[in-house]
Amino acid sequence: MAFKEIELNMGPQHPSTHGVLRLKLAVDNEVVLRVEPVVGYLHRGIEKLCEHHTYFQITPYTDRLDYFAATQNNLAYLLAVEKLAGIEVPKRGQYIRVILAELQRLASHLAWIGFNANDIGAMSVLLYGFAEREGILEIFEEYIGARLTIHSLRIGGVPHDLDAKIISMILAALDSIPARLKDIEMLLSDNRIWKHRTQGVGVIPADEALALGLTGPALRAAGVRWDIRKNIPYSSYEDFDFDVPLGTNSDVYDRYLVRLEEIRQSVRIIRQAIAKLPGGESRATVPKILKIPAGEVFHSIEAPKGELGFYIQANGSEKPERVKIKVPSFINLQSLERMCRGYLIADVVAILGSLDIVLGEIDK
Amino acid sequence: MSSTLLYEFIIPLLKVAVVAIYPMLMVIVMIWLERRVVAWIQSRIGPNRVGFQGVLQPFADAIKLFFKENIMQCGADRFIFNVAPVIVLWSALLAFTFVPLGGTMQIGTYNLNFWVAESPVGLLLILGISAISVFGIIFGGWASNSKYPLLGGLRSVVQILSYEIPTGLAVLSVVFFSESMNMIDIVKKQQEMGVWFAFILPVSLIIFWISAVAETNRCPFDLPEGESELVAGFHTEYSGLKFGYFFMAEYAHMVLLSSVVVVLFFGGWLPPFPNVRFLSFLHKVPGFIWYFVKIMFFLYFYIWIRGTFPRYRFDELIKLAWKWLVPLSLLNVMLIALIKVL
Repeated sequence: MAFKEIELNMGPQHPSTHGVLRLKLAVDNEVVLRVEPVVGYLHRGIEKLCEHHTYFQITPYTDRLDYFAATQNNLAYLLAVEKLAGIEVPKRGQYIRVILAELQRLASHLAWIGFNANDIGAMSVLLYGFAEREGILEIFEEYIGARLTIHSLRIGGVPHDLDAKIISMILAALDSIPARLKDIEMLLSDNRIWKHRTQGVGVIPADEALALGLTGPALRAAGVRWDIRKNIPYSSYEDFDFDVPLGTNSDVYDRYLVRLEEIRQSVRIIRQAIAKLPGGESRATVPKILKIPAGEVFHSIEAPKGELGFYIQANGSEKPERVKIKVPSFINLQSLERMCRGYLIADVVAILGSLDIVLGEIDK
Repeated sequence: MSSTLLYEFIIPLLKVAVVAIYPMLMVIVMIWLERRVVAWIQSRIGPNRVGFQGVLQPFADAIKLFFKENIMQCGADRFIFNVAPVIVLWSALLAFTFVPLGGTMQIGTYNLNFWVAESPVGLLLILGISAISVFGIIFGGWASNSKYPLLGGLRSVVQILSYEIPTGLAVLSVVFFSESMNMIDIVKKQQEMGVWFAFILPVSLIIFWISAVAETNRCPFDLPEGESELVAGFHTEYSGLKFGYFFMAEYAHMVLLSSVVVVLFFGGWLPPFPNVRFLSFLHKVPGFIWYFVKIMFFLYFYIWIRGTFPRYRFDELIKLAWKWLVPLSLLNVMLIALIKVL
């Protein structure tokens, strides 16, 4: 059938562009010829705002980057500041940070499984993922009082110690998550329709993924062993025993499997961290007015979405001269066109979902 | 004289009224049931505030839709845009004329038939009339002058055309056995043979059911309106009661195809094992109740599928129809014809 090439605007109001992303698709019938992401609808100028706030005041702003993994953003920023200021976080504080950060990774991945499944049409899984995420948010609520943008870490450590009630809540959540994963796997992993929709879709070879700067589960699904928690350990990740799941086919299905396995590994890490939780202080003494001598630093961590890095330039005052945030979603989005070309419109949705983007982070 | 008026005019008129209202009532039941059952599958609660257990929720939705603004965007073809939802709903409602909702009930000396019209080609008419709905979908998609509805409309043409073929072939195997296309005769034949056709023709049943789900645009074949890809597909630009028409038509089609499955394969108004003597007390239950129980099972099945499966991709959907269902149903028809001849 002869069909004129049409330009299709997907978003910024579209049910599955995960926020306010706009994709300019050039389609021939349903085959995608070109994809051009248009970003910036959620720009709040967080990097510029950072220049006008003290180091303490910046931390809550970082919550608003990837709002599905606020603790991870805090952690990346705080590790950069502490490296620059030479603050040593006590071991107990580091362990509690790991527990909170991994809980946040669980919440982010569980929400991701739900979103991606919903994009592909399996709407029950969305609710299953969110039901488990709810349990984790309740832990945060008990710990800090907030649920989404939680601001749960402080310069020098963590604001509160973990008490027995929170630990029992965490352990209960860790017990229920693997059971729920079994449900999800039963619905999806061997489902013919799910496999049709995900296997061989959005394939990107490992070398091209590296060239485009892809990080996180999507890169590991391409078979590249790159997990900053393992490769350049921070915040005592070297103390814990966990595996880095790798994919082989670099398609949507492998990204799904990698994230499922990462959930299991996060559960393992949290269990070890609780078991080995050292005594002592959970927060170093930090001056009330933190002035950092002139200098610059870059520190990156393995956030749920990929490599999240903070570049901070200090000028001797209590405010930074410049903050540059290397966000994983923005860089991962580059590879979308490479992954989508030649596939169908329905695949664009599946592939976009498999990259796990958050617009708060892309537009900053 | 008055009895002639009653039998020849008033009762048929009442029957027409009942058959016109019945799908609408079922739509209301289905909207509530679907929301509650899907909520139950997803470990949510679902609507439970409006009326007892939320039973009045569909009415609240309808009132809301009624007061919504009717939006028509620039460049839309006014006439076709308005007529499309009517075609879709009309095709579903008209087909009910030939569906037997129950057997014959004797009231005094009068035999009350639970169907409006009996036609020697009733089955063909039902399939034909219900297939007209595809025109409404194409018209709606095309007249909207918008890209997502256009893509949704295009999808639905290919989908419904592809699945008409396995449907027709599956139905053909039933007709081999019933030797009639009259819906009432098909049920009577099953009574005569003492067995539902589902047990004789399981392959036809499966093919027909898959095609029925595909033809009603229901999950996992809800591609013309796949909300994560095409926003809402062919009815993206519709609002208010015009959207409500499409919505009601979808449910009315589900009820229609469930009824057809029940009549063709599950003995319509017959109780289970209609000829087994010690189960004859089951005949005491009126036929329309048996019919209702059976269609409720299939309507529940629709919801159950929706809560479980992801959505097919377009090329896979067409592959399923042409590479699996069509050859399988052809083979099935040939085998049955062979058995019939021997």
